[in-house]
Amino acid sequence: MTTATAPTPSGLLWRVCQVTGYRVYTPVQRLILVNAVAAVVSLTLGGILALMMALTRWEAVSLLPAELYYRFTSAHGVLMLVFWIVFFEIAALLFGGTILINHRLKGVRFAWTYSVLMVVGAIVTTATALSGHANNMFTAYPPLVNHPMFYVGILLFAVGALLGACHFVYQVWTARREGVVAGPLPLVVYALLAAAIIAIWTLLHGAVAYVPALLQSLGLITLDAAVYRTLFWGFGHGAQQINLAAMVAVWYALAAITTGARPVNEGLSRFAFVLYLVGINMGSMHHLLVDPGIGMHARIINTSYFMYAALLGSLIHAFSIPAALETAQRARGYTNGLFEWFLRGPWREPGYSALMISVIGFGFIAGVSGVLMGTMQLNMLIHNTLFVVGHFHATVVLGTTVAFMGLAYYVVPLVAQRDLAFLGLARWQPALYGTGLLTMIGGMMLAGKLGASRRVWDPSFSGAPLQVESLTSPLMTFANTLIGLGAIVAVAGGAAFVLIMVATVFFGRRSDKPAIGTLGIIAGEQGPRSDVEIPEYDHHAKRFQAPGTTTLVFIFLVWFVAMFAWAAFNLGNVGWGVS
Amino acid sequence: MSALNAPRTRYVAPVGRDERIWLAFAVVWCLFLFVIMYVWQFFGEQRTPIESYRIEPSEFRALTQDYIASHRVGEVEGVPIVVPTDGGEAFLAARAFQFEPVLQLKVGESVRIYLSSYDFQHGLSIQPLNLNFQVLPGYVYVVNLTATTTGEFGLVCNEFCGLGHHVMSGRIIVTD
Repeated sequence: MTTATAPTPSGLLWRVCQVTGYRVYTPVQRLILVNAVAAVVSLTLGGILALMMALTRWEAVSLLPAELYYRFTSAHGVLMLVFWIVFFEIAALLFGGTILINHRLKGVRFAWTYSVLMVVGAIVTTATALSGHANNMFTAYPPLVNHPMFYVGILLFAVGALLGACHFVYQVWTARREGVVAGPLPLVVYALLAAAIIAIWTLLHGAVAYVPALLQSLGLITLDAAVYRTLFWGFGHGAQQINLAAMVAVWYALAAITTGARPVNEGLSRFAFVLYLVGINMGSMHHLLVDPGIGMHARIINTSYFMYAALLGSLIHAFSIPAALETAQRARGYTNGLFEWFLRGPWREPGYSALMISVIGFGFIAGVSGVLMGTMQLNMLIHNTLFVVGHFHATVVLGTTVAFMGLAYYVVPLVAQRDLAFLGLARWQPALYGTGLLTMIGGMMLAGKLGASRRVWDPSFSGAPLQVESLTSPLMTFANTLIGLGAIVAVAGGAAFVLIMVATVFFGRRSDKPAIGTLGIIAGEQGPRSDVEIPEYDHHAKRFQAPGTTTLVFIFLVWFVAMFAWAAFNLGNVGWGVS
Repeated sequence: MSALNAPRTRYVAPVGRDERIWLAFAVVWCLFLFVIMYVWQFFGEQRTPIESYRIEPSEFRALTQDYIASHRVGEVEGVPIVVPTDGGEAFLAARAFQFEPVLQLKVGESVRIYLSSYDFQHGLSIQPLNLNFQVLPGYVYVVNLTATTTGEFGLVCNEFCGLGHHVMSGRIIVTD
């Protein structure tokens, strides 16, 4: 192993990572850590609220009074969906815009400015919500409004995040102009660039929605209900598409880190990200499918991201990521049968188990349920039920959050130059968290299927003058129990992650070569390379190059078609004519 | 070269056999998912309601009150029950925190429901059918329903509408 005496262009500002071989511009390290810590703090607060909310809907516990339930639902939404995710994404963009492309951070003070702006915004909004001044959900549909400070905080945060996304684009642009990156970008950086571009227009949408909302909360204007919903979801749905692109970027990164995998088809994977850029924001229509005021063609063309262009992008990744893993594992000698490469993967590696939970959970549950909900007629069965909540916990938590946690196990210790604390716990954390989430999501989807509404303190409406008996049944009680138990396990898994991160960043043993598990990469001269020689994917071969993956994707397609057919059957089963 | 490293300058590779087969199936599935929505909307029994109009909430309230006064046949828990006359038009209003009136429908007869809100955004969720529609103040959503089963069907609000959200319900009664 080489020692850390590689050429340092400007003295102490550079170091060479002894684990990966990356040249690291040291001023960026603290920025990455500050954003990561802000993300973890948001996750911690949001997780505590999540537990109390789940235990409230579970009739056997009924923890919170109504006002607190709605207050915490508002705060939980904004903490998790916006602050945890976006802080982590800004950390990832700072990482991708410097270390991954061997670039220095141009504008360190600028980066501090927007990071501080985001932290201030997050504190203002969270304080407003937790003090009971934003009980109308973070969507706050007019004529309901939250306190003006809620919007002020979000706008500060969004401006900061917008500057961060623009900064990343500037980093890539200057790296190219200065010749730091001579040829194409690494695939992960390319993917992050797609995420940053989606982030820029999403955050601009956010301004278009939240500035009028602020003016309305000050009593200066009156917003039209339908117009606001359209504007809001340009932001709200787009924000989830940043997560999607960033999550897939992290998938490619984790595949490379844990197994040394190389993309099977760089061009095709990049094309898939272009499809995201082209189609994905049209998905905002998913939230408006049973709203008045929108024509049929506008609904169908938008909800399908113009003939499912963005879905096609995801289906490309669904093949290329397992195929890359399969090729790498076969090169390690796991060549027996269709699935030895899969069964004998490095499951004890937290990044690998997180990757697999995220890919499989996102594909089979989140992606498929999302397409069902986005089908105009099927949406009538699902809109605003707890099934929606199950779906987005599958996307944003089981998918994005698990992937981000997996990446944090490497980036955080390497950037902080400290050993990963509690490695034994880290090996179990993704499985623990994933099990809890799967249980909770299953319960939510079942409850939604049975008719339970989202965002309601008493899901059986037992205090209503006109009783609704069908909302109380043994099966519904079972579903609510699953949600409660699943949430307890998931929060334990989340707490384990927080514990590991805090212990690593603040108390981990300092080291030039931090211990972070067993990697499939070693330090190369120009960044990491695989510890074994992995052959290039042979695109001209007559034989299947990744037979296991080909089998898996068709199993997935059969599942997808079956779920669609089942949902269609359910709609027909309603019996009543609707038009 | 992994996804973390820059690829060679020319990275556009031909699409291999297994990729090609998967892509073909994926494209066909995507197109099916798109086309099926049109097929459903023209030939299906359960179509997404599209027709809608703008209206002032105060005007909608006045029309609904008139409708209730002229079609009222009774009352349950203080909520008026109405029977739509032939021609099958009905008003269904959401307000904080009640749906009104209770609609009494005849099985097999189509009814044209004018759905809107007096005040906030609400969600109409018909249980146990689990049919869900957004209700916006300022807009009338025209929902055509043809009941095929008799009995009492609960309505609950599934869009957060304030601190009384969890007591907001209503009812549709279907008789022979």
